[in-house]
Amino acid sequence: MTRRAVITGIGVVAPAAVGREAFWDLLSSGRTATRPISLFDASAFRSRIAAEVDFDAVAAGLSPQEIRRMDRAGQFAVVSAREALADSGLDIGGVDPGRLSVSLGSAVGCTTGLEEEYRVLSDDGRLHHVDHRYGVPHLYGHMVPSTLAVEVARTAGAEGPVALVSTGCTSGIDAVAHGAQLIEEGSADIVLAGATDAPISPITSACFDAIKATSPNNDEAGHASRPFDARRDGFVLGEGAAVMVLESEESALARGARIYAEVSGFANRSNAYHMTGLKPDGREMAEAISLALDRARLDPSAVDYINAHGSGTKQNDRHETAAFKRSLGARAHEVPVSSIKSMIGHSLGAIGSLEIAACALALQRQVVPPTANLHHRDPECDLDYVPLVARDHVMDTVLTVGSGFGGFQSAMVLTRTLQEAA
Amino acid sequence: MSTVDRPGGRILVTGLGIVAPTGPTVEDHWQAVLAGKSGLGRITAFDPTGYPVTVAGEVAGFEARGRVPGRVVPQTDRWTHLALVATDAALADAGADPAELDEYEMAVVTSSSSGGTAFGQNEMENLYRQGPSWVGAYQSIAWFYAATTGQISIRHGMRGPCGVVCAEQAGGLDAIAQARRLLRTGSRLVVTGGTDSSLCPYGVVAQLADGRLSTLDDPARAYTPFATDAPGHVPGEGGAILVTETEEAARARGRTRSWGAVEGWAAGFDPYDDAARTEGRTEAPNRPPVLAGVIRRALADAGLAPRDVDVVFADGAGTPERDADEARALAEVFGPRGVPVTAPKSLTGRLYGGGAPLDVATALLALRDGIVPHTAGTARPDPDYALDLVVDRPRELPLRHALVVARGHGGFVSALVVGSA
Repeated sequence: MTRRAVITGIGVVAPAAVGREAFWDLLSSGRTATRPISLFDASAFRSRIAAEVDFDAVAAGLSPQEIRRMDRAGQFAVVSAREALADSGLDIGGVDPGRLSVSLGSAVGCTTGLEEEYRVLSDDGRLHHVDHRYGVPHLYGHMVPSTLAVEVARTAGAEGPVALVSTGCTSGIDAVAHGAQLIEEGSADIVLAGATDAPISPITSACFDAIKATSPNNDEAGHASRPFDARRDGFVLGEGAAVMVLESEESALARGARIYAEVSGFANRSNAYHMTGLKPDGREMAEAISLALDRARLDPSAVDYINAHGSGTKQNDRHETAAFKRSLGARAHEVPVSSIKSMIGHSLGAIGSLEIAACALALQRQVVPPTANLHHRDPECDLDYVPLVARDHVMDTVLTVGSGFGGFQSAMVLTRTLQEAA
Repeated sequence: MSTVDRPGGRILVTGLGIVAPTGPTVEDHWQAVLAGKSGLGRITAFDPTGYPVTVAGEVAGFEARGRVPGRVVPQTDRWTHLALVATDAALADAGADPAELDEYEMAVVTSSSSGGTAFGQNEMENLYRQGPSWVGAYQSIAWFYAATTGQISIRHGMRGPCGVVCAEQAGGLDAIAQARRLLRTGSRLVVTGGTDSSLCPYGVVAQLADGRLSTLDDPARAYTPFATDAPGHVPGEGGAILVTETEEAARARGRTRSWGAVEGWAAGFDPYDDAARTEGRTEAPNRPPVLAGVIRRALADAGLAPRDVDVVFADGAGTPERDADEARALAEVFGPRGVPVTAPKSLTGRLYGGGAPLDVATALLALRDGIVPHTAGTARPDPDYALDLVVDRPRELPLRHALVVARGHGGFVSALVVGSA
């Protein structure tokens, strides 16, 4: 018997939208959260724009010690996890801690905290032999990204398997898939699964500047993230977290939980081509999509909506469009495709989980979020990208994909369950 | 759920590659372990004068140039260099030529604890000394935790479901468990294990902040797991890479020889890890140790009883509180002095993402030769631990199953069972 994993709770910390409902409001309105960077002085940088979270840690319910101990990515993760648990209606005290797990994704871990402390210990880079006397007790926690999963596990009281999945920009999809796998194989009944990243810091901005991956369109900060638009010129860095409560369908039905969606298929492939470059044919992403559908026992014709990676780089959007055509054939031209990165930027590892949350909400509400800032069609991107305005749409099955450094390509299929459709 | 009954058969380890403070190859490492020859010494990667920690386990004389493709050397951190070299060795040992295998049926899953720490420190120096335009293009692909998996995938054309697991010192066992999952769901060859290297000033200082590093400057006394006065642990670099295959896939390419099999795995999370204790949380009295439950589940997964385990490769944290926790769990599952226990990592230091894979590799060597290596450096275990710790010299024993235990900072607990070939 195959155990199925379903989503019963969603928590979100997103740019211009702390909380699940604020997040959906933003997405369904087509507003954008990209703006000039305020988190640090970016005046010397090529790309000086980002999609930032207006985050008040105290208002979000974190204690003084939590605020001191956790870096920004950790704070996002814990706040999202708490919202997801509350949303699920789960009585956490009644759950066997050994059957409660965490699978969290992050591309760059606590590097923002690590960089802040580095500035102090090195006295702004002056000391190569950094001064250990300035080390704070949680410094080692910043060095290892696994701390993020530790914090979520502690907040939930989990004693089952806990994992931090770090596959760059596919971390958010891969971590949720890993969580679903833990349920399917019987290693856990309930998994807090999601991802977090807070990469808007000087070192991370500088490294994307160096490879010209981010948009230099500083004069149009609010409209710089332009997936599938002919004038797109790179991605806009974002930040945030989304955490879902995954549980076995059996457990969800037994307690009468509201089910957003079932995680019904997942697959990933690697292009073994280049750490940052993509082959134009989209072959490995297409392979991942086909296998994910196979595992969900669905045909391409079942796909009702594609949540695209749509980062807004020249090569990604072409690559991805090719992958959709290659894997779905004619269906690629029939279904809406959109990129929420147009509104909330690209938060590296976190975005995959934010996109899964968006897909689950889209399924529940039967509305496709739009691709903002899409005004100029690119002849190489010739699908229906839902420009500017959200669309009511009947959906049972949605596909979400991710692509990232290292050559990783991931695809996940989410479906409405019978309970949800009823 | 015995692995033997699964389609594809057992999950075999058909290739090993070791690059560790104890030696640059599998047999060098094993000879050093049996001789109790320590790889610990005064740090040479940088001048540790003025720091409370001066001892580490370095891979002496390791030079990436000539062993890692020239183009890749400046694009990657030392942690990735070590893994690329170990992967070449493991594939050669397995007699596997990736060019002859289906590209989508091969995958890579590594563990990383802290990514390209030294590379990251250098680029932050460039940033804060000179400005953002001085940060190199390779920072974006060298520091992040997925760098090693990505580079191995590219180098060997492995296009299957690659992954990266981070759980500090426990991550290596979880990576091997993920490789096993992939082999049960369509992959035929998975490169797994891991390495780490954080021996730069910021990397070592960041570890110091945690209070677990040994501040003794005598390499022979700096890391003595299970000793009454255990002074903490020593950081090290390196690790091991394993080539894993289903029995059926190995046979299909004419490979019958293996190092042994991955028989069982379990993982859990201990919310009362000592990091939590320092934050004012105290353990509920008479609470069964999470580690004991994890070991029992790993044994159940392997279809084994405690009496079937012939040796335990312990986590051996090297601080009295954590050593006592581990000893308590072992006594609970196996009975007082119920199983030979060893921690040869006293010769290498803790290798973080590379530590557990190296322990698994050492366990497979022990199974092959029927010898339990001793815990060099620890004269005798604290008598209160009720441990049959193998000390002084290796112990010859018929060995069929070894249990490897690993714990990661913050509460990660994992256990893996390997069986002889």
